[in-house]
Amino acid sequence: MANQIPLVDYLVLDEPAHLRAHECTSCGARFFDRRNACAGCSGTEFRMVDVTHDGILTSFSIVTFAAPGVPVPFVSGIVDCDGTSVRGNVINCEPSPEAVHLGMKVRLATYVLGTDDNGVEAIGFGFEPAN
Amino acid sequence: MSDDIWILGIIMTKFGKHPDKDVVDLASEAAMGALKDGGVTMKDMGILAAGNLMNASAGIGQQLQKQIGQTGIPVYNVANACATGATALRTAIMAVKSGEVDMGLAVGVEKLAGAGLLGAGGTPKSDKKEWAPSGRYGAVTSTDGRIGTASMPGVFAQVGMEYGHKYGGTSFELFAKIAEKNHAHSTLNPLAAYTKRMTLEEIMNDVMIAYPNTRSMCSANCDGAAAAVVVSGAKLRTMSLEQQRRAIKVKASVLTSDPYEEGCQVLPNVNTLTRNAAKQAYEQAGVGPQDLDLVELHDCFATAELVHYDNLMLCEEGGAADFFNSGATWRDGSMPVNVSGGLESKGHPIAATGIANIWEVCHHLRGEAGPRQIEGAKVGMAHVIGLGSACGLHILERSGL
Ligand SMILES: [Zn+2]
Repeated sequence: MANQIPLVDYLVLDEPAHLRAHECTSCGARFFDRRNACAGCSGTEFRMVDVTHDGILTSFSIVTFAAPGVPVPFVSGIVDCDGTSVRGNVINCEPSPEAVHLGMKVRLATYVLGTDDNGVEAIGFGFEPAN
Repeated sequence: MSDDIWILGIIMTKFGKHPDKDVVDLASEAAMGALKDGGVTMKDMGILAAGNLMNASAGIGQQLQKQIGQTGIPVYNVANACATGATALRTAIMAVKSGEVDMGLAVGVEKLAGAGLLGAGGTPKSDKKEWAPSGRYGAVTSTDGRIGTASMPGVFAQVGMEYGHKYGGTSFELFAKIAEKNHAHSTLNPLAAYTKRMTLEEIMNDVMIAYPNTRSMCSANCDGAAAAVVVSGAKLRTMSLEQQRRAIKVKASVLTSDPYEEGCQVLPNVNTLTRNAAKQAYEQAGVGPQDLDLVELHDCFATAELVHYDNLMLCEEGGAADFFNSGATWRDGSMPVNVSGGLESKGHPIAATGIANIWEVCHHLRGEAGPRQIEGAKVGMAHVIGLGSACGLHILERSGL
């Protein structure tokens, strides 16, 4: 995978690709970026954990305005991955209230975001309908 | 420690476009208005708390002093997102409550007309020629719009949708009906930025910003200012009967931030800190939701108003949709909410909002609200949320003299 790079460092491009989080060893709170102490319990020890691929869409919005370069409309979603909340776009799905539903089952999916001058592909992630 | 705290004078400017007034002009208009309303001058003030979010480093408090009176008193310039005005007021209240001063002035001012939708854009950023991870997520390009949305309309849309997922009963139409109510209320408020009644159809067919929020379901960016003079009970009792009669008692003044909960760093949780503030405020005031004659709450988007019915315990937990559908929150209902027209029509000049909503409640409690007066109003509540998050909550009561 030397010719690929993830959009963010908490996306791990193994087979299969997955998200990982810093988990507080005391209370289990999870954070996608570093913490000096846990926001929940003030614990200072963390371990890396993998986040499950499958989840339930607990909220979404179909957003029609964004910075240049971001295709619109896009579906912003909040996904409950077995107790871990994750933010991500709902992808591989028509961005309409008819196609996107609260409570729908989704799973993690990746896509090529673009290629730089060195031929490196940036890999983004989102959640696609699971059925 | 002094005893009780009162609002002696309070005012809001007209919200809307003020092309020929700068931030200092607007702040001065509000400050002078509040002092006059209270029958006092800058010489009587022991502290000034001032908020202006868009130029938070510019020292609006000292600029204001140079415009209306440099008396050498301490100035606290505060910034707390959309709760900036409430934070300024609370700062003045704390100073009076501590006994350090017997009177203080709080001012919130913002110029936003033409600023577009807050947080809807972001810095234009073209994809780099060479991917290079940066920032605390090691991102190779901007994540906004690629990993969900950070825009205000989208975030608050998700706040409302999340409520629907949890409890049911919500729909695009329900959220639009909340905006219909607030736009209807605004027709009676001459200080509102927009005072046009809109039909449900017009609202639903308006430009979609972030489903389910259309443009007319979003707070309106505009210019405006508001200011309040706070006085201790002991000092008030030395003042004229007219000042004592018009003074409004601060029954509760609370500021909270968001405590940790699972998911709160993924989608901001605006619920728990509001609920916590409401619990504290009801306890401080010794009143319950059933005692409130009117509520001004932070409807930065129609989707937000719904969840705050629940957070402020105006309805049973999970029952916000039924509560709204019952008609309770219309101005002739059992619990009038946002009779000013709310941020969706009155407008949302950020730092002014947290004092302007107090003014609206005081206006009714004083019986001075004219055609939009809620008859016999004795107790009211004003609520703001600043994303990030901060919640300001005040319960106010008329003097009874
Ligand atoms: Zn912890």
